[in-house]
Amino acid sequence: MGHTLWEYQPFLLKGIPITLTVMTLAMLLAIPTALILALGRMSKYAVIRSLAGFVIETFRGTSALVQLFWAFYVLPFFGLELTPMQAGIIVLGLNEGSYFSEVIRPALGSVLAGQRDAAIALHLPTRYRFFRVVLPQALPVMIPPFGNALVGMLKFTSLVSLVTLQDLSFRAGLIRATLGESGPTFTETLILYFIMALMLGGLVKVLERWVNRRAGRPVAPLSLAWKRNTPVPTWALGGR
Amino acid sequence: MTGFQWDWGYVWTVIPHLLEGLKITVAATVLGSVFAFLLGLIWTALRLANIPIISPLTNLWVSFIRGTPFLVQLYFVFYVFPNYGLTLSAMMSGVVGLALFYSAPVSEVYRAGIEGVAPGQWEASLTLGLPIRRVWFRIVLPQAFRVVTPMLGNTTISMFKETALLSTITIAELMAQAMDIAMAQYRFIEPLTMVGVLYFCVSYISAKGVRGLEKWSAARG
Repeated sequence: MGHTLWEYQPFLLKGIPITLTVMTLAMLLAIPTALILALGRMSKYAVIRSLAGFVIETFRGTSALVQLFWAFYVLPFFGLELTPMQAGIIVLGLNEGSYFSEVIRPALGSVLAGQRDAAIALHLPTRYRFFRVVLPQALPVMIPPFGNALVGMLKFTSLVSLVTLQDLSFRAGLIRATLGESGPTFTETLILYFIMALMLGGLVKVLERWVNRRAGRPVAPLSLAWKRNTPVPTWALGGR
Repeated sequence: MTGFQWDWGYVWTVIPHLLEGLKITVAATVLGSVFAFLLGLIWTALRLANIPIISPLTNLWVSFIRGTPFLVQLYFVFYVFPNYGLTLSAMMSGVVGLALFYSAPVSEVYRAGIEGVAPGQWEASLTLGLPIRRVWFRIVLPQAFRVVTPMLGNTTISMFKETALLSTITIAELMAQAMDIAMAQYRFIEPLTMVGVLYFCVSYISAKGVRGLEKWSAARG
């Protein structure tokens, strides 16, 4: 006894790089997954459409924790041993990818309608059509949902602590168990997550401006205002 | 390599336990969503009201809830609240955790619903000189309600799936039941698969219901 949370700081903070690693790698898996599933859902072949639909519904319909435990506890019986890190990245990536595919499908679809017809009329090759016509126009529309997905993924990574990966949440739980100082430990952990979420949000804002500028779309001025502009008139809010 | 066999006999012994867990899962979801809808209402009112210090603080509070993981919030409710004399049963902690965590997205849904009402509606009300109370309760909120209802349905479905995390604070819900049996028998395939199937069935059927709500909302909007 006699240990304080202060002495455990290095131990707790070492969870941050692990959390961020899982988040980054899972997100890198989620984006191509989402693109493939979204395109699959829009395929002209019914088999591919229903296959993509099946994958999406399976990942969206069953709980992420069930999928994670399945990957961690069941797959070894099939001879597929995954480390906690691998299981976490694969499950989080595929799960978020399934959700994100439904988010970006309208974005892709909105471009697809007329632009695809034009690209077909111009006889552009399929790959050119997707990477040079559809994607660059869909990208700016996708950035805000991407930001939400990124912060969602950050929070999502806390699940890997339940398959013994020593991320921030895992370490907080361990410190609570050994030290008993649950209040300060969890408060600090929540604040650390919040700061990371804020920083990721800011990063996405910067990315959004950059993509918009490159796409020749209007760039909103940067502001740090807490006050949002609401279309609800002040008189209706009992305004003076 | 014994793991390849799927043992139906084992499945049948597992299912009664799982259904027992499903009851708790559903109860937690229902209670959690009702309180989340109410809390969300409070956050939304405070945020829209434009009160000098309170509205920005509520904004910060909502983004704080949205920026932190449910698991850690749940630990906070379960392990920290008792230190301040607020000892809740595991189930109550779970419900409080769910309500708190989901009150933030719910508040965003309400806000989007209210702000989505066409500006012309406000202008028309002002022109007609309607009392503020009537503008809110007879014009704005009924329109927002139609938009908000299907979204709340989706939120509840997400909550249903996220209740699996309640197993970490000793609540004997669906996931906990499955893991208990799986650990005791050291056979994971059947219980974990059946849990997935159960989650899928309930959320898929509910999602179909929400789809129906969306159609209703679109038809009347």
